[in-house]
Amino acid sequence: MELGEVVVAATDIEKYFGTNHVLRGVTLEVRQHETVMLIGRSGSGKTTFLRCLNFLEEPTIGTVRIGDITVTADPLNRRGRRHREHIRQLRIRAGMVFQDFNLFPHMTALENCIEAPVRVKGLPRDLAIATAERLLDKVHLLHKRDEYPSRLSGGEKQRVAIARALTMEPRVLLFDEPTSALDPELVGEVLAVMRDLAHEGSTMIVVSHEMGFAREAADRVVFLDAGRVLEEGPPERILDDPQHEAVRRFLRRLHTT
Amino acid sequence: MSPEPASADEPQIVRDIAAARRRRRLIFVSIFGLTWLVLIGAVLGLIARDFDVAFLGTWWQFILGGAWLTVVLAACSIILATLLAVLGAMGRLSHNPVINGIASLYVSLIRGTPLLVQIFFWFYALAETGIVLEPLHAGIVALGFNYGAYLTEIFRAGIQAVPRGQREAAEALGMSESMLMRRIVLPQAVRIVVPPIGNEFIAMLKDTALVSIISIQELLWKAQAAGRPQVRILEAIVFAAAVYWILTIVFSFLQERLERRLARGDR
Ligand SMILES: Nc1ncnc2c1ncn2[C@@H]1O[C@H](COP(=O)(O)OP(=O)(O)OP(=O)(O)O)[C@@H](O)[C@H]1O
Ligand SMILES: [Mg+2]
Repeated sequence: MELGEVVVAATDIEKYFGTNHVLRGVTLEVRQHETVMLIGRSGSGKTTFLRCLNFLEEPTIGTVRIGDITVTADPLNRRGRRHREHIRQLRIRAGMVFQDFNLFPHMTALENCIEAPVRVKGLPRDLAIATAERLLDKVHLLHKRDEYPSRLSGGEKQRVAIARALTMEPRVLLFDEPTSALDPELVGEVLAVMRDLAHEGSTMIVVSHEMGFAREAADRVVFLDAGRVLEEGPPERILDDPQHEAVRRFLRRLHTT
Repeated sequence: MSPEPASADEPQIVRDIAAARRRRRLIFVSIFGLTWLVLIGAVLGLIARDFDVAFLGTWWQFILGGAWLTVVLAACSIILATLLAVLGAMGRLSHNPVINGIASLYVSLIRGTPLLVQIFFWFYALAETGIVLEPLHAGIVALGFNYGAYLTEIFRAGIQAVPRGQREAAEALGMSESMLMRRIVLPQAVRIVVPPIGNEFIAMLKDTALVSIISIQELLWKAQAAGRPQVRILEAIVFAAAVYWILTIVFSFLQERLERRLARGDR
């Protein structure tokens, strides 16, 4: 699908945990309909960067724009009322899918999917239910709408979590290793849903080691190394002909395990 | 879970094992019950020489009448305690130094002083400043504030036991702090704290006896009122103790059932 305007712009993101300098000036622009894969060694800062995008981690320095909202890091004013409200607005524009699902265990699949639209967006309940049902159907789980998460398999939980993120009609979807907590035979059903989303033109940033998914669905692969973007480009280029030895070594190790 | 009924196509040995297990269980329960009977009988036998059953025959209804007030007192107080504990726990977790300070002072003060002293404070000491509480109200306030402080710490632990990811998922969906507290964290914390609230309620059933001292006419007060004039304290107290015991057994049973119902559905 033809890429549109830039919907996510993270500029010069720096993050320190105490004195541990984890992100060292990461800049990333993502266009509408684009799917970007974020790869890199363990500890390179992939999760931290993704969480900086919706300020689950407040960057130490840097600016994030999603759609029409721009927030500049202000770590000395983290509890400031205006700052919090800007962050909330930013988060509404980004849907996040976590490694361990984080479905609300006291709510059914459907209730998980209407909670935020009703409470945060103020959508009328029947409208929210109609949307939620459409999205649960999209992840092939409409028949589980009244199940509690404890009665769903890992793959089903993650698909409900994807539907839940979609109900807020985010400008971008953020995935942090969405299949890492799954039994191998359940990985495929989640990746299939993500692939469909990518092909339908969702804007996505995906941290994952699923290189098959990168080839099928990603428009661009970004390699993070020690808190910096070391190399980026189309999947074939990065995966088959990387310029840096570090990337080559990373991919070799991935294939052998 | 009751064992599956043995069906005809199982080999004999499976049914024999099940029968043997039932037999062992029956023997265990019988001897267990017998032990209780013997022990209780022995105690009663020791005091039987001085025990005037006829006294209880006339006074048991009067004393038992106090049990109703005991339960009402405990129920009102646990409700007050629960409300205070929700506020207290939020206060103890608050980043606002004033709110956190108030909540922490409350917990420290209450846990650092005897309940009996607090009862005197609410009823007698406060009256001297012109704030006169009915005995019943003073009793509820004293028990409610006291248990509220202990429950505060239980609630705080319950809130902190809700996985971090729950809060993050709610934040990522754009929920504000107060909304995610109300809709996501507290409902899950409640499931964690219902068993301890039940325990506190049962403990409180017994601590209500303390407010007999400000002449609230609950179980212990009535027992004393009946026993003292006729020097039949032994009978009255043994009877009151039995009623307290039965009450705690009944409520423990109810609590267990509630717990099981809450555990259903999720997690
Ligand atoms: N909350 C935190 N507090 C302190 N240090 C942290 C925190 N989160 C991450 N770090 C540190 O930041 C660095 C980057 O971690 P991050 O989780 O972003 O790496 P990652 O690329 O996602 O790794 P992985 O592939 O293992 O998930 C690590 O050194 C980690 O120890
Ligand atoms: Mg990670």
